[in-house]
Amino acid sequence: MHMDKKTKDNLITYGIVIAAFLVVEVLAMTGKLSSHMGGLLVPMTYYAIIAVALNLCVGILGELSIGHCGFMCIGAFTSATFSKVMADKIPSGPRFFIAFIIGIAVAALFGFLIGIPVLRLKGDYLAIVTLAFGEIIKNVINAFYIGVDSKGFHFSMENQMALNLESDGTMIINGAMGITGTPKDANFMIGIGVLLISLVIVLNLINSRDGRAIMAIRDNHIAAEASGINVTRYKMLAFTISAAIAGSAGVLYSHNITTLTASSQYFGYNASIMILVYVVLGGIGNIRGSVVAACILYLLPELLRGLNKYRMLIYSIVLIVMMIVNWSPKVIEWRKRTFANFGFKKKVKVVK
Amino acid sequence: MALLDVTNLSISFGGLRAVDDFNMTIEKGELYGLIGPNGAGKTTVFNLLTGVYKPNEGKIKLDGEDITRKNTIEINHAGIARTFQNIRLFKQMSVIDNVKVGLSERYKYSTLESLLHVGRYKKVEKQIDDEAMRLLNVFDLAGERDTLASNLPYGKQRKLEIVRAMATDPKLLLLDEPAAGMNPNETKELMETIALVRKEFNMTILLIEHDMKLVSGICEKLTVLNFGKVLCQGETKEVLTNPEVVKAYLGE
Repeated sequence: MHMDKKTKDNLITYGIVIAAFLVVEVLAMTGKLSSHMGGLLVPMTYYAIIAVALNLCVGILGELSIGHCGFMCIGAFTSATFSKVMADKIPSGPRFFIAFIIGIAVAALFGFLIGIPVLRLKGDYLAIVTLAFGEIIKNVINAFYIGVDSKGFHFSMENQMALNLESDGTMIINGAMGITGTPKDANFMIGIGVLLISLVIVLNLINSRDGRAIMAIRDNHIAAEASGINVTRYKMLAFTISAAIAGSAGVLYSHNITTLTASSQYFGYNASIMILVYVVLGGIGNIRGSVVAACILYLLPELLRGLNKYRMLIYSIVLIVMMIVNWSPKVIEWRKRTFANFGFKKKVKVVK
Repeated sequence: MALLDVTNLSISFGGLRAVDDFNMTIEKGELYGLIGPNGAGKTTVFNLLTGVYKPNEGKIKLDGEDITRKNTIEINHAGIARTFQNIRLFKQMSVIDNVKVGLSERYKYSTLESLLHVGRYKKVEKQIDDEAMRLLNVFDLAGERDTLASNLPYGKQRKLEIVRAMATDPKLLLLDEPAAGMNPNETKELMETIALVRKEFNMTILLIEHDMKLVSGICEKLTVLNFGKVLCQGETKEVLTNPEVVKAYLGE
């Protein structure tokens, strides 16, 4: 069967992810992987996943969102609440699966609800409002107190005392202290699996009727409308899917650590900006680039910890180099030429 | 019955009556021209016909169906497609994808099938691909199928906009100054494209144009607008020799 360029490109993307997974597994089995490095693997996958989600929003839908960590936060807390409550009642496999469904569904619901007002805005205004929603989500969760005892669930937004828990009760969400004791269900293989599913969904979407409509709206919404495209529907669709995928990253996040707090470091706008950096440097609209950039840029500062003082200096130099490599027209031309010489896409010239 | 029947159409922006008591009837298969000096309200008429603006008074009927209060999307589905004065292509998409966007309301499958590439996806995508290629072949753009729309030369961008509009399978095609910014050669090619649209698709066309050579060359009937009012209406030859039209628009 004739395979077009897009299908081939997608297969290369899946191939890269699977190859990376196999290399890491081999390293782990032969004992070459340090425990420090091993601990970075799951975070690497969930940052790659949320970078894919954000690229769908920024690169394909063309709307700059800087509150995506808010959706990750929702996915993390709803799924962790479920897993903690059900910790002794359901075996870990099905429990984690249901946790995914819950985290994704609630993040998608909030993506939909927040999308209604936000997608009426454009450009800078949209970015600022998504930023605000991201912060609101984080701060509201910080004020949640939920406990459970023999009488059922107790909820308060004041403090732990206001819950009036019985002596046999347990705290689930303890305000700014968050959730402790979430079962550690996530591992690298599941992370890679979720990343692959996210990639399949986003890349399939791009090469479909719905995806073309979404990109048409990005390029010119007036012409899209005049072509009979329901602009509101497709904008909501892309934003909701993006939020849902961000939610799945949150599920991985919360099931990889024992103490989950809605802190600024992980769910604030700094974190959202960091993911935007992954997307921009990987190439806006380039899904594979987002995955690669997220992995490199997440691992780099962690691996440079030994260099201490020079760590952020090197990190910023890498950012600049990546920007040049990915965006400068001259370098892109050079890159294509070099790859062509490697016989990668070699064109045979017939000399007569 | 007329294909397009516009009666007593009016719209005001604040104190300005941009279109005042506008009447027009276009029969099926006609090539109709809308001309007039700058600011006469020609594009406003287009925007009223396509639902961008809602008229204060009047009625628009397409093929017997009242479309006066409908929005842009519904009007496209009812059968009016348009091009724009300043080209509005999907610039970061390939030529064929631009056409496929035009086709997307005619060949459908569900969002779930989009996400998972199951069910009707393969079959309908094949139909979309075939139909898009057929259109590109008719308009001689097949060689550029994978070119980004923004990398096309000006004349072909105009052409692609027409192909995209035709892809929605309209009953009436509106062209807003299709020859704007074109050199004589490109204008000649455009006239051939318009002739092709009429021949291949038996299309009814309403166009706004300032290029008198094009207007007198291809339009069968004309309406001249001036300050939002119809100055003159009728067969092209009669209209262009009408002393009032000459005075207001063509120059003595």
